[in-house]
Amino acid sequence: MPSDFRPPASTPRRTHFEVCVLPYLDAAYNLARWLTRDDADAQDVVQEAMLRAFRYFDSFRGGDARVWLLAIVRNTFYSLRAKGASDDAHESFDDDTHGLIDEQLSPEARVLLAVDVRALHAALGQLPHPLREAIVLRELEECSYKEIASITGQKIGTVMSRLARARERLKTELSRSSTEACRHDV
Amino acid sequence: MMCDDARLLLHAYLDNELDASQSVAMEHHLRHCSACAAQHADFLQLRAAFTQASLYRRAPDALRVQWSFPEPTSAANAAPARTRRAPIALSMAAGFAAALLITLPAFYALHRHDNANLTVEEAISGHIRSMQPQHLMDVISTDQHTVKPWFAGKLDFSPRVKDLANAGFPLVGGRLDALDGHDVAALIYRRRLHVINLYQWPVSSETAAVSVSQQRGYTVIQWTDEHMRFVAISDVEESQLQQFVQLFRNDAVSPLMR
Ligand SMILES: [Zn+2]
Repeated sequence: MPSDFRPPASTPRRTHFEVCVLPYLDAAYNLARWLTRDDADAQDVVQEAMLRAFRYFDSFRGGDARVWLLAIVRNTFYSLRAKGASDDAHESFDDDTHGLIDEQLSPEARVLLAVDVRALHAALGQLPHPLREAIVLRELEECSYKEIASITGQKIGTVMSRLARARERLKTELSRSSTEACRHDV
Repeated sequence: MMCDDARLLLHAYLDNELDASQSVAMEHHLRHCSACAAQHADFLQLRAAFTQASLYRRAPDALRVQWSFPEPTSAANAAPARTRRAPIALSMAAGFAAALLITLPAFYALHRHDNANLTVEEAISGHIRSMQPQHLMDVISTDQHTVKPWFAGKLDFSPRVKDLANAGFPLVGGRLDALDGHDVAALIYRRRLHVINLYQWPVSSETAAVSVSQQRGYTVIQWTDEHMRFVAISDVEESQLQQFVQLFRNDAVSPLMR
């Protein structure tokens, strides 16, 4: 994080920005935190995204400021990540090759008796970014398909199949961890 | 509707994204297909798990403060005050106040009021600074018997350390800090997602009444017990910080210096 950062000087524009955008700081951080899976990185992403948002604020013509800000957060994350070029920076994800739904449900994976929150944390963090951002926006931010589509720049149909796939995978992961837990108990 | 269609549409159904006729068809299918109904129940449970508060990661205070712009008037007033508040000037002021204490109680009361405000400001900046990554804790431990000895040799006093985990305020660590011109011990407690900083340092006065102030979304509670000055700060609700202070003080009354 730039330590010499100073908020822009007080102007009516700034007040307007504060009223429109600042209420969504938690939403911005939540998305950034789930994409980066790291506190410091998430702060960097949000800091940069907020600066970009402030810079482009004149081009924001009303509408949903939350969707607008979340799209900036997401773009900031992917651009910083590409710059960093870490090992998984070029994680590829192809919506078509995955089929609409993962066909891997074994019979014992079908009943989800209880969801362990820690296991859910871990399973969510392991999802590929396209699935993770979709499910985070849907379940934690309660965005509609249309909002997710405009934040992620995808078609609504893609959003739907990504959500389906994300949930199938979470369920499989959680069923696996609960059966493992059961075996440990015996 | 066939199960294959239902498997995909189930999600749009869960998310309230189907139109009326599709919803009716889905409901009908779920009533007659136990496999899809079981799927539906699982995903409902998954959704319920997502409502756990710990999954939602709120912005840290530091970020919020950085992007919260103070009222123009208070900003204008605060700016010059900030430049005058150099650490050296501060400790001299404290010494000056101590001298006045003997002769001029009325003036002292006035000054003490200003000094308390200053402490509030400093406590808030200290709290915000502590929320920066890697700045919160020098020693990370939930064990008071680890945290307390850690301060030995680093400070010329022994801070009072108390674990309040049973009451929902787990101790998570400690660090050295400076406040009001003093080297102070800072204990870090958590209340769910919130952090509480508790500063303490020795003073000459035996006791002083509890004072509560609110600023910039933070609550600061100050008090003195048996020659130890305490300042607690957090963004938790005031009632919760009050509760924290009460718990900490209750313990301090009974056999304390552990
Ligand atoms: Zn079916």
